[in-house]
Amino acid sequence: MSLSESDVKKVAKLARIAISDDDVPHLMNELNGILGWIEQLQEVDVEGVEAMTSSVDVALPMREDVLAEGYTGGGQPEKIVANAPKTEDHFFVVPKVVE
Amino acid sequence: MTDLTTKTIAELREGLGKREFSAVEVTDAYLQRAESAAALNAYVRLTPEKAKAQAELSDQRIADAEARPLEGIPLGIKDLFCTEGIETNAASHILDGFVPPYESTVSANLLADGAVFLGKLNLDEFAMGSSNETSYYGPVINPWRREGEDTKLTPGGSSGGSSAAVAARLCAGATATDTGGSIRQPASLTGTVGIKPTYGRCSRWGIVAFASSLDQAGPIARDVRDAAILLTSMAGHDPKDSTSIDRPVPDYEKALEGGVKGLKIGIPKEYRLDGMNAEIDAIWQKGADLLKAQGAEIVEVSLPLTKYALPVYYIVAPAEASSNLARYDGVKYGLRVHDDNIDEMYSKTRAAGFGKEVQRRLMIGTYVLSAGYYDAYYLRAQRVRKKIADEMAKVFEEVDLLLTPSSPSAAFGLGEKSSDPLEMYLNDVFTVTANLAGVPGISVPAGLDAQGLPLGLQLIAPAFGEETMLRGAAALEEAIGFDAQPTEWWK
Amino acid sequence: MSENRNLLRGETGDWEVVVGLEVHAQVLSVTKLFSGASAAYGAGPNENVSLVDAAMPGMLPVLNKYCVEQAIKTGLGLNAKVNTWSRFDRKNYFYPDLPQGYQISQYKDPIVGEGEIEVELDADRTIKVGIERLHLEQDAGKSIHDLSPKESYVDLNRSGVALMEIVSKPELRSAEEAAAYFSKLRTILRYLGTCDGNMDQGSMRADVNVSVCRAGNYEKFRETGDFSYLGTRTETKNINSIRFVRQVVDYEARRQIQVLESGGEIDQETRLFNVKTGETRTMRSKEDAHDYRYFPDPDLLPLTFSEEFVEEIRARLPELPDAKKHRFMEEYGLSGYDAAVLVADKDKADYFEKVAKGRDGKLASSWVTTELFGLLNKEGREITDSPISAEQLGSLIDLIQDKTISGKIAKQIFELMLDEDAGKDPKDIVEERGLKQVTDTGALEAAADKIIAANPEQVAKVKDKPKALGWFVGQVMKETGGKANPQAVNEILKKKLGVE
Ligand SMILES: [Mg+2]
Ligand SMILES: [Zn+2]
Repeated sequence: MSLSESDVKKVAKLARIAISDDDVPHLMNELNGILGWIEQLQEVDVEGVEAMTSSVDVALPMREDVLAEGYTGGGQPEKIVANAPKTEDHFFVVPKVVE
Repeated sequence: MTDLTTKTIAELREGLGKREFSAVEVTDAYLQRAESAAALNAYVRLTPEKAKAQAELSDQRIADAEARPLEGIPLGIKDLFCTEGIETNAASHILDGFVPPYESTVSANLLADGAVFLGKLNLDEFAMGSSNETSYYGPVINPWRREGEDTKLTPGGSSGGSSAAVAARLCAGATATDTGGSIRQPASLTGTVGIKPTYGRCSRWGIVAFASSLDQAGPIARDVRDAAILLTSMAGHDPKDSTSIDRPVPDYEKALEGGVKGLKIGIPKEYRLDGMNAEIDAIWQKGADLLKAQGAEIVEVSLPLTKYALPVYYIVAPAEASSNLARYDGVKYGLRVHDDNIDEMYSKTRAAGFGKEVQRRLMIGTYVLSAGYYDAYYLRAQRVRKKIADEMAKVFEEVDLLLTPSSPSAAFGLGEKSSDPLEMYLNDVFTVTANLAGVPGISVPAGLDAQGLPLGLQLIAPAFGEETMLRGAAALEEAIGFDAQPTEWWK
Repeated sequence: MSENRNLLRGETGDWEVVVGLEVHAQVLSVTKLFSGASAAYGAGPNENVSLVDAAMPGMLPVLNKYCVEQAIKTGLGLNAKVNTWSRFDRKNYFYPDLPQGYQISQYKDPIVGEGEIEVELDADRTIKVGIERLHLEQDAGKSIHDLSPKESYVDLNRSGVALMEIVSKPELRSAEEAAAYFSKLRTILRYLGTCDGNMDQGSMRADVNVSVCRAGNYEKFRETGDFSYLGTRTETKNINSIRFVRQVVDYEARRQIQVLESGGEIDQETRLFNVKTGETRTMRSKEDAHDYRYFPDPDLLPLTFSEEFVEEIRARLPELPDAKKHRFMEEYGLSGYDAAVLVADKDKADYFEKVAKGRDGKLASSWVTTELFGLLNKEGREITDSPISAEQLGSLIDLIQDKTISGKIAKQIFELMLDEDAGKDPKDIVEERGLKQVTDTGALEAAADKIIAANPEQVAKVKDKPKALGWFVGQVMKETGGKANPQAVNEILKKKLGVE
């Protein structure tokens, strides 16, 4: 499997990274180089092996449904928007979204 | 007075306790030294006012006989840890100006134990790199040089700021993170000690995420004892992190005295790579001999899937990163490149905000998760990962520890490997398996190569085998007696 | 199967419509699915937002146990299989009200699998609708587009609120069925108390999937499970009323038939519904290629719990609408339809049961559904806000049952309780106003004699036309001020007038 130039553009678009047409050929080569190397995993027999998504082997912890204070609770809109490039009245402001 | 920055954490703790010097004096000494080491570019940000205020408080507590375990110890914090009220950028342009209103659990644990924070340490952008050259703030320079040369060398990465700062004595110890080797490889390249704990031992809460299933925080310190002291404070269960393990934290310092007598230590034969640097091979052999001399049983073991660990890593880590870094979109914090169209705003912001290596990994990660490729890449990688982890667990039924080199080469020159991503990726060849399997590893300085550069050896233990690992590391450290120091060319 | 009822006539032949609903129901919890911020509606912008919900760097999710219990409870209420091993996945896409750049949802392994519910269409039609799955996921924030001409304002209060997405099988065959299913689902959720069903506030909303196919193809799909027998579907998003669900299905079915008959093709696409015009339109911001790159969330481990945990929840389940319907039919002798009307709303069912307990069920049902519901409808009030309490209505029915008053007087008292005698016990009203039914046959006979004597022509008529008896009854009732027992009056008059 290797990426075509149009694949590279599609992936960049999915990842929301603007690339210029000039960048496409060398990006394609780099990505194909890495993917080509990764290709060796096809040799491994994974028949019947379950996928590992975490090395932690305990039950997922759960919390009680009570309002939290501080970091994991609400009631701090100033802090929430304090770092935003643009805000108004505690809203985040972004370029118009057209539905 | 002797230079306070020559003292280890254990020595500082003792001297502070006996009131031989004050925390303010120690902090001042470090700040001064750090300020005069701008050439190393280890710190992206010093926070002297905050450090001095903390040191004053520490002196007060010591006077009141209320000293905590790390009272007055000056540390450097990798800029991947969010620090309340102090700008945190993960060495990325995209987090420009971001001031977290929160403190990461690990750094909060250190503060609660009385540590003083000198500032934030440089790293590879979002911890993606093995040479610190991907930092938006420029590369960190290794305090070590090849004998008779002034070539600028890498301190390793991604925790290159941490390793360089500890090696150059710009802090008493540092926090670091390790996703594929980012603590152990820089430690190896700078003659310092670095621990990657068991996954789930240290909370990931408040650490800028790279690859969630692999990221783990740990210390870089001057010796094994200091690393154990720092890990004791950093580790612990955190209900805010669902992958944090609820298990008591032992006093790791106590483990150091155990020795290796009776331990069975495995030498994985597949780690002897084709064309491997002969000096590394020799140091590895020497390490095994020294451990044997102290009563350990050395056995050869086999981990045939080792060679697949890096390719697995370069699917899993970029895949998770492509999702973890989606939040940097110019809406809530950091950089925004304006455009009237929202999608253009995203794409331009992310193109301008992320460096080349990060962009490359985000694209790889996006690709391997995309429709039609998920099974062939991501799913297959996670199944191979399972086999690798099982293989590792099986070996640990036979042996207590594994001994391997920490890195395939000593510190290399800036720019030497950065043109070829694949060559750079090979830096993690010895370390990455521990991340995939979630087990702990430690890098200990093992000697200097012919050019006078440090090389490290790694001990790997089964999950939550940190105490055994530290026993082995302390024994190895003592047997090797590494005491070389870089010349202070940067001053 | 009522095959023909659902056929739609086109220019070129008959079509069938196939509908599936993805219903998003907000879990009735205090805090969000993965953070401790309030899930309440109506706070100021970004007020109910934690650092986790705003996707600050390094923030991590921790699962709300109550939400898990509610999902299990709902699964049991849908007669569905609860999966003791499930997993959270990330659904990746960029949108300003999605702060993480991904939604934590459940993709391959949902907490609840297949189920089935009964849906009543009318007095004699009940259908069974298959449930494909139920999964837990985070809600997104809200973008407000009308505060500025060039910008959108983003409020993350809803971001991270727990939703249950309940996906039906494509087994709904008309607008009517889709609407009835949506309504029944709402009833079940409200019974369970897992969702308030408050559509105005967005607590419950449906994505309506509609396709059309040639008559007969649906049957083939059902036989083979082969989706290619069905047409390409469109998904119309976020429909928040039962009436709109109906409109969307009607509109889309008509539109799709028209497109197909004029040689066009249906795009598999997301559409928006315009509540003012009742039309749907293509979403302009189509998420490109719909490549969500799902993968297991590495911040969370698999969600596991024991069968015992499920059984504990099952043991605490309230009585559900279908069970209640069948019990009402048996216990109170109601028809299936009357029972269904009563159980459609738990508050109404509870009210009815208070009235009916220990009384004539049919009489109670008639008073509740006809008189009381009629009144509430007219005044636009909820049952919980009824001007007449269940106790009052029960007492009124007691008076009818023990023949203290006639039905007619009862209606008079009912009116009085709405107005002059509000809040009073009907017994006291009867007492105070002297409305007790006259059962004294002597008095009734006297009144009957009087009427017969005064109306010889009517007496003559009634011999040929026994139906005219009713006129006499009415006169006697009038004479007694409505207090006479109509049954008794009838008997007396029959005897006196010699009518059989
Ligand atoms: Mg949907
Ligand atoms: Zn959904």
